[in-house]
Amino acid sequence: MTVLVCVKRVVDSSSEVVLTEDAQAVDGRYAGFTMSAHEECAVEIAVQVATSTGQGASVLTLGDADAVEQLRAALAVGCVAATHVVADPQTFGPADVAREIAAVVRDSQRSGEGHDLVLLGNDAADSGDFQVGIRLAYELGWPVVNGVANVSVAAAPGGQRSLTASGDGPDGHETYRLPLPAVVTVLEGGVEPRYPTVPGRMKAKKVPIEERQPTAAPAGPGRVRLLLPPPAPSSVQVLGKGPEAAPAVVDLFERLGVLSR
Amino acid sequence: MATVPATAKVVVIGAGIVGNSLVHHLARLGWRDIVQLDKGPLPNPGGSTGHASNFIFPVDHSREITDLTLDSMRQYQEMGVFTQSGGFELARTEERMEELRRRMSSAQAWGIEAQLVEPSFVKEKVPFIEEDQFVGAFWTPSVGVVDSLRAGTIMRERALEAGALTVVPNVEVTGLDVVELAAGGSRIRGVRTDAGDIEAEYVVIACGVWSPKIGDLAGISIPLTPAVHQMISVGPCPQLAEREGEISFPIIRDMDTLCYERQHGADMEVGSYAHRAILHEPEDIPSIEQARLSPTEMPFTSDDFDPQLEQAYELMPELLGAEGAEIRYAINGLLSLTCDGWPILGESLVRGLWTAAAVWIKEGPGVGRAVAEWMVHGHSEIDISHSDIARFHPHQMRREHTRLRTTESFIKTYGIVHPAEQYESDRGRRLAPMHESQKKLGAVFFETGGWERPHWYESNAGLVEEYGDAVMPREHEWDARWWSPIINAEHLRMRDAAGVIDLSAFEVFDIEGPGALDAVQAVCVAQCDVAPGKVVYTPVLDAAGGFKSDLTVMRLGSPESGGDHFRVVTGAAHGPADRKWFGDHVPAGTTLTNRTDDVVTIGLWGPRARDILASLTPDDVSHEGFGFLTCREISVKGTSVLASRISYVGELGWELYAAADDAAGLWDTLLDAGGALGAVPVGIGVYGTTGRIEKGYRAFGYELDAERTIVEAGMQRPKVKAADFVGREAYLAQREGSPEAVLCTLVVEDHTSASGVKRYMLGGEPILRRDGSTLTDGHGHHPYVTSAGSAPSLGKHLLLAYLPPDEAVIGNELAVSYMEELYPVTVGSIDATPLLDPANERIR
Repeated sequence: MTVLVCVKRVVDSSSEVVLTEDAQAVDGRYAGFTMSAHEECAVEIAVQVATSTGQGASVLTLGDADAVEQLRAALAVGCVAATHVVADPQTFGPADVAREIAAVVRDSQRSGEGHDLVLLGNDAADSGDFQVGIRLAYELGWPVVNGVANVSVAAAPGGQRSLTASGDGPDGHETYRLPLPAVVTVLEGGVEPRYPTVPGRMKAKKVPIEERQPTAAPAGPGRVRLLLPPPAPSSVQVLGKGPEAAPAVVDLFERLGVLSR
Repeated sequence: MATVPATAKVVVIGAGIVGNSLVHHLARLGWRDIVQLDKGPLPNPGGSTGHASNFIFPVDHSREITDLTLDSMRQYQEMGVFTQSGGFELARTEERMEELRRRMSSAQAWGIEAQLVEPSFVKEKVPFIEEDQFVGAFWTPSVGVVDSLRAGTIMRERALEAGALTVVPNVEVTGLDVVELAAGGSRIRGVRTDAGDIEAEYVVIACGVWSPKIGDLAGISIPLTPAVHQMISVGPCPQLAEREGEISFPIIRDMDTLCYERQHGADMEVGSYAHRAILHEPEDIPSIEQARLSPTEMPFTSDDFDPQLEQAYELMPELLGAEGAEIRYAINGLLSLTCDGWPILGESLVRGLWTAAAVWIKEGPGVGRAVAEWMVHGHSEIDISHSDIARFHPHQMRREHTRLRTTESFIKTYGIVHPAEQYESDRGRRLAPMHESQKKLGAVFFETGGWERPHWYESNAGLVEEYGDAVMPREHEWDARWWSPIINAEHLRMRDAAGVIDLSAFEVFDIEGPGALDAVQAVCVAQCDVAPGKVVYTPVLDAAGGFKSDLTVMRLGSPESGGDHFRVVTGAAHGPADRKWFGDHVPAGTTLTNRTDDVVTIGLWGPRARDILASLTPDDVSHEGFGFLTCREISVKGTSVLASRISYVGELGWELYAAADDAAGLWDTLLDAGGALGAVPVGIGVYGTTGRIEKGYRAFGYELDAERTIVEAGMQRPKVKAADFVGREAYLAQREGSPEAVLCTLVVEDHTSASGVKRYMLGGEPILRRDGSTLTDGHGHHPYVTSAGSAPSLGKHLLLAYLPPDEAVIGNELAVSYMEELYPVTVGSIDATPLLDPANERIR
């Protein structure tokens, strides 16, 4: 079955977040750019699911010219095709992004290929909107599950495939079965995303990337500005000095769950 | 919150390999109250040491760098943090093989075991390499890797155990306190930090890529730039994982692709110097909190690395493409580059404020030792004058210069660099007043100290035909690169008639005032308490009796004549360092004035020099009226000129010092009047090499350096002046003892190589016995060529080299190794006696 995984170029993590001068984005000049950890897991799942059914995973991004780097990164770990919707990600809100992904999916259906499954990260690491997956499912009229860590596909009776998605919910482990096609957003933690190999990286360099223009100007809700939270207050408590401090450290570790009682 | 001591003898800023080594050696040499600061945590505060590849290839074409590297390797070994792996430098092309042959010369000269080997030899030691990708390799068995962080900790601990050191990590330097001195100049007084202020006698900036920022706090320029060196780590590779330990396969330097492959446990690290130069400003380095990994591990830019990835894969497909081997780590690591490739060491223009920056892991401990010795004793065992921060001219202190030069040189990190190769960027910074005239004469400009100096003039091309084979043409492209037979033709014409030489680049400074004589006497070996109008050539020594410089001093005035006045004239390359050294000895009330840009020197030498000058001046320029080693003001066609009768080319003639505004006119006048008597403009190719080598004149930085003595250089005079001077005691002791090496002039007897092409050595080649066996002098060093050049008037190619005393015998038959072939040489002179005109009759 064919899988489409959607990724976004975001600034890598560092302990101090730096905003651009206009406060419209996180500044990546120090930390560099990546896709979020959720999306790395989504890519890993996309490659595993597609490979297990004998087909390839495609990757899509909406972003500026530099976002090609994230497409190549996904290609280097096993995706086989890439689509680049060239647009300024800062002006495209979640509704706009969902519309553009839906347009890609529909075009693919029209051309006879289509996608059985669209995977996204649970939320974007920079803007944290949590919306694109649901809005995409709504646009397409497909079922959606959010925030799962594992996805597998099984052949159902009658030749139809069905999808199992599972993850930890507030009240315990949750497992969903969905008919296909479907949209799933992925939380990190269920799979170990692979690093690229040298041949994988070399191959990725040679894959042609399909470039698209957005189908419409951004119309959904936009961003006013980003604000940094006030610095978290830090307090230091001295547990003791020398060997005498050991019991207090053990006690603390037990409370934190580092050690079991 | 950290606290810092209120006072210290010395504050060392930085806890990377350099700072750690420095505190250890300062403590070892007896200093106490040492405070070491770093803004990061220990043991890895986040600088370049923390992400270094930590491997060491000892062979470098520079003796200074090689000596620092060998000393560092000994220190790493002593600390138990060195693992020997061996290393190969691969050649994919015949041109590179030739460079590796040249590398063999350096290895032999510095006494390092090395061997040129076939691909099969490499394959045997590195089974996963593709033999058909390269044609040969340079094998250095002593190559190894070190644990530089562990070494840093050991060295800090040693200083702590000695009770000499307080280490304060996580402290940011916010200011440097500088006070103006009554005698002029300034001095460091202390360091301000976010944890309090420290009053200190000395401060050392040893904080790598951040050094320029810290230097700015005291108003000094530390001209280095943070630059990216990309590397990735691929693994786990089963071929590596099955062996224990960090490294069990030799390190590969793939010279033609500017890449290296270095095993690190189960991973293979691939590093590159092939990408575009990616430079940063020190202010743009993130803080520890802003960085993803560490401040000097910047985000990897994979597009820059992709071509190297393919080349590395070609070389080791089975290893880098192994099942499960993934790119697990990839960074744009920051390291420090300088405009000329040398480190930045020594005392800045602010007294007591020292620098130790732009140093690689392979030199770190050696640099720490040398700088500590320099601080404590005033000199170091290993000569580090090329790295002296005092070398920089003002134009080199600009960030733009560093940016342009390092952009040009980054790609040459593994490059094939000809010893005479010129930079292309940021040229034309300092032009002689007669520059336009020189361009019209077809001058080919070489640069020194920012000055554009004609090396030869294409307008003299006709002389090549005139002199025929006497210009000693060179058949081989490498020998003839950055060279022209016109140089030798100009030489012959100068010796036949006369030459006019632009010496604008001379560093000229005046010392005036009541303390001038004492200052000059304290610095110079030769007697400078001479009558006004006398010219003195003198060595300048450090306290250990090694050369700090050699230069000329003119006494232009005395207390009787209205005030003491000395003019010091020295070379452009070393000029600023000489100026600082004299300045350090000038007391309050006496001044040192840099006259370099206001005074222009033009040389006029040759048998017709007197006739030419006499035709232009009413003043007496006869031998009787204007003796050798004297100077005076004369009028040349109405222009007032300070004429000094001295020669670095062994001919009758003068250095003519004119005001910058008059220089272009004087130049034209000399060429016009000289032309009628056969004089031509002559370039630095003659002045710096052919003219001097025929006369056995020594050059600072080649024959003369801090590891050589006046006695070894054969420059001792019958008497030593009574007045005290730096190095006097050491010099007296040297005169009593017998030298460990003797500077000789060697004549190449036959230039014919195995292929029949005549080859001409360029300098740096080892001198061996005729049978190829090694010579060793009393220092344990092996002789090598310090200068090489044509001697057109003798029809010979000459080499200068320090030989073991028992080999320093006229007529002794030895050999020089050039590109891995032996050529016969004979000792022609064993002291300063020149091979041309030994009685110096031509100078009269």
